[in-house]
Amino acid sequence: MQRVKEKAIELLRSGEVSRVLGWKTGEFFYDLTPAVFESVEEVEKGFVFSLFSGANLSKYLIAESKKEGKIAVFLKPCDSFSFVQLQKEHRIKRENIYAVGIQCDGMCDGESLRSAGCEGMTGVEDGESLTVHTLYGDQVIEKKEALLGKCQTCKSKRIVDFDELIGQQGEDVPSDRFAEVAKLEAMTPEERFAFWRTELSRCIRCNACRNVCPACSCEKCVFDNPVSGVQNKAVADSFEENMFHIIRAFHVTARCTDCGECSRVCPQNIPLHLLNRKFIKDINELYGDYQAGADFDSRPPLMDFRMDDPEPSVIYTRGGAAK
Amino acid sequence: MQVNKEWTPTIVAFCCNWCSYAGADLSGTNRLQYPANVKIIRIPCSCRLNPMFILRAFQRGADGVILCGCHPGDCHYTTGNYYARRRMTLLFSMLEYLGIERERTRVEWVSAAEGAKFAATMNDFVKTVTALGENKRLEDLRCKE
Repeated sequence: MQRVKEKAIELLRSGEVSRVLGWKTGEFFYDLTPAVFESVEEVEKGFVFSLFSGANLSKYLIAESKKEGKIAVFLKPCDSFSFVQLQKEHRIKRENIYAVGIQCDGMCDGESLRSAGCEGMTGVEDGESLTVHTLYGDQVIEKKEALLGKCQTCKSKRIVDFDELIGQQGEDVPSDRFAEVAKLEAMTPEERFAFWRTELSRCIRCNACRNVCPACSCEKCVFDNPVSGVQNKAVADSFEENMFHIIRAFHVTARCTDCGECSRVCPQNIPLHLLNRKFIKDINELYGDYQAGADFDSRPPLMDFRMDDPEPSVIYTRGGAAK
Repeated sequence: MQVNKEWTPTIVAFCCNWCSYAGADLSGTNRLQYPANVKIIRIPCSCRLNPMFILRAFQRGADGVILCGCHPGDCHYTTGNYYARRRMTLLFSMLEYLGIERERTRVEWVSAAEGAKFAATMNDFVKTVTALGENKRLEDLRCKE
């Protein structure tokens, strides 16, 4: 973990880059936030790479890579998928970026530690299992219990694009990330409707999911249109909660790399990744396996077609969802 | 206010300018009957249909939305309906996933020569939606009279 900080200092000192995109401490040791560091002193003071560096930094490159000078960025395997996807969409200037890949064993967050029963946390020691220092003494918990939702169903340890690597290059790992989607599909429409009403009615339209999403990077968003009537919760009703989330998921269809940031940042803990995964699962089943950001040359499924694609009526007859 | 009137569904039909819209015209000149609940909106190509249009239609009181376009391979713009097909398949699947009745949305390919098919499709769709009843799951109460 220390090697990452050393790398940041080394890159700045050598003049290879003029800025470093990384994580800095927040109010607590477990709420790290993305930050740009412009000097060695700043890095020494504030840069942190720890178990809580879950944030995906690739979206910040859209703005940062257009500025003067080179910027170094640290990318975990799942972040590198977003990084490649953004390059495919010509949203970032690759020549202004020095990408350092970091291998990752899964990230944790304060909330999952708290729900695992830790109160008044003052620090965490990584290891086989986690030793959590609290005001009331040390607690040992399994790392599996404290992992972020997105890390529990990790799809790949492969860093798709990088200039330099810290740690080992990994491979795609088998994951049962569609299990939850399949479980929902097996329900009756009434149960599914009730499930999504319970989830989506908690939405406070804070737009955190949109702002954090590397795929949601339009310069002008449809939801910023003041006449659309969907911009705040005060005037909203159930329709808008549905509408916002359907359209948001649709806009990132086939571009969503399933990085899981939307669910991570949601202050209301709405499982937003389940919407995106539904689209990914459908695309895999109907149009062949596709992983956004996994390579540079594949065609995105919604910008492509085959003569013998299934008709839309296929969803009436398909097993599972359409029983 | 509709107090004593029997409820009838409102159907929005998005029709491609080059085939289905002409197909609807043909069914009219042939004096084929289909229910007056069907409100046709002309679009330049089935591919023009933004998923937002479908949701908006439901919001403003539609009980069913149908998209009619050229048969695959016959698109005026060569490939538009192939893209529309993929998009609509995914969108309908998502609506189904959210528990919204899948019968309320449909895609049908109707050519300019298929006036009879247009009328039959609309009759059938209106019957299906009437059986389903009012659209409650994707309604916007502020848009209700």
